[in-house]
Amino acid sequence: MRIFDPHIHMTSRTTDDYRAMAAGGVQAVVEPAFWLGQPRTNPGSFADYFDSLIGWEPYRAAQFGIRHHATLALNPKEANDPRCRGVLDLLPRYLDKDGVVAVGEIGYDAMTPAEDEAFAAQLALAVEYELPALVHTPHRDKAAGTRRTLDVVAESGIEPGRVAVDHLNEVTVALVRDSGCWMGFSIYPETKMSPPRMVEIIKAYGTERILVNSAADWGHSDPLLTVATGRALLAAGFTADDVDRVLWRNPVEFYGQSGRLDLSATTPGDSFAGSSLARGGS
Amino acid sequence: MTLDDLRAAFRAVPGKPWLDDALARVRADPDAAGPLFARAERKLGRAPLADGSAWTAGRAGRALLLAELAEPERIVTLYHQGDAAERLAVLAALPLLAIGDAGVPLLHDALRTNDTRLVAAALGPYAAHLDAAAWRQGVVKCVFMGIPLSVVHRLDDRADTQLAAMLTALATERAAAGRRMPQDALALLNRLTVANSSPKQA
Repeated sequence: MRIFDPHIHMTSRTTDDYRAMAAGGVQAVVEPAFWLGQPRTNPGSFADYFDSLIGWEPYRAAQFGIRHHATLALNPKEANDPRCRGVLDLLPRYLDKDGVVAVGEIGYDAMTPAEDEAFAAQLALAVEYELPALVHTPHRDKAAGTRRTLDVVAESGIEPGRVAVDHLNEVTVALVRDSGCWMGFSIYPETKMSPPRMVEIIKAYGTERILVNSAADWGHSDPLLTVATGRALLAAGFTADDVDRVLWRNPVEFYGQSGRLDLSATTPGDSFAGSSLARGGS
Repeated sequence: MTLDDLRAAFRAVPGKPWLDDALARVRADPDAAGPLFARAERKLGRAPLADGSAWTAGRAGRALLLAELAEPERIVTLYHQGDAAERLAVLAALPLLAIGDAGVPLLHDALRTNDTRLVAAALGPYAAHLDAAAWRQGVVKCVFMGIPLSVVHRLDDRADTQLAAMLTALATERAAAGRRMPQDALALLNRLTVANSSPKQA
């Protein structure tokens, strides 16, 4: 089983996680820029965070043979803090970088006017920089938030096939399927989705335009729940090819629209020509 | 390798028209350099420039873009605003550019990282501009991180008794922990020790 986790916050995870993910079949990840738990108060904090997502974190992932790409954006929570508005001015410079395969996470948290503005502005950036968009849906008032999200996406003029709407569940999946956008599901230990429920969704809706992620971060989450979902699909009678489509080919197709996805093999310890590296020193 | 060598090798690269256009745009407006520098690798590719060359088309294209910038501060800014590959391209280009000592802070920055590619790139030919203390720290950091010492430019010319003392101290710590020194570090230490214990030829 080869796995591409299309949404995971590796910055918050340990090297033990990387090791376990690689052992479980995870060969590629996309890390969306999001909130860090502690609110940031100035654009410089975001610049350092973005630099890490296109510099240090891909290097760290490569130590474990995992390809790492990023999506960058001002997230909806922090879009509400006027001190962070300058992040929108920083973004164009970052959206040109090779490791950036989408604009995201954008969308709604509390559906405020400031979120409206940041969401629309960043969908426009996705169109301008020819990147797909990864859209977060709110945890409170999710169904209304998802409907409003799809309206904003439609108004922006971005092709629905270049948009993934994430953190869906039984209540919101049909809305997104009918819009033509990709359907993202985050599998969590307690909240969001679980592997058995994900199996039922795929039974009902098929494997097309479905993305399954762990969305693992600094909260109670589990980077191996993509692997668990693959096993649950096999146990429910789906073929290895179905599982490969959902857990590998679909994310490759979605982010491949950026033209920047580089899945050439990473050999652990082969991060510069002809040498092994970083054994951890003395 | 010189900039003219890179230009000559570039004649055979399929992305040459893109590069020619990019160079002209930077010449006309240095502010245009940022996005072009960022895009260069995916426009020009990562194939070696010629058989056996360590330069890829993308990295060579980036070096030629940097060569169009008359003000060193612009090169420093491109490094700081770059991803890891862009920073590596700046470090590789430094010895080819008429930049004087202005790139030295970039070497210090790269040597502070924990990315073996950046540390190695900081110890190339431009490291001639590094003072002895910083250079020795860089060499010992290579040993510490498992970077082969073959990346260090003019290693034997610059290695001195202070470096030998630092390597000896590291070897002592490793021995106490039951861990090994890399072979190339032991060989260097051996050369330095032999050189010091035998009378030098006049």
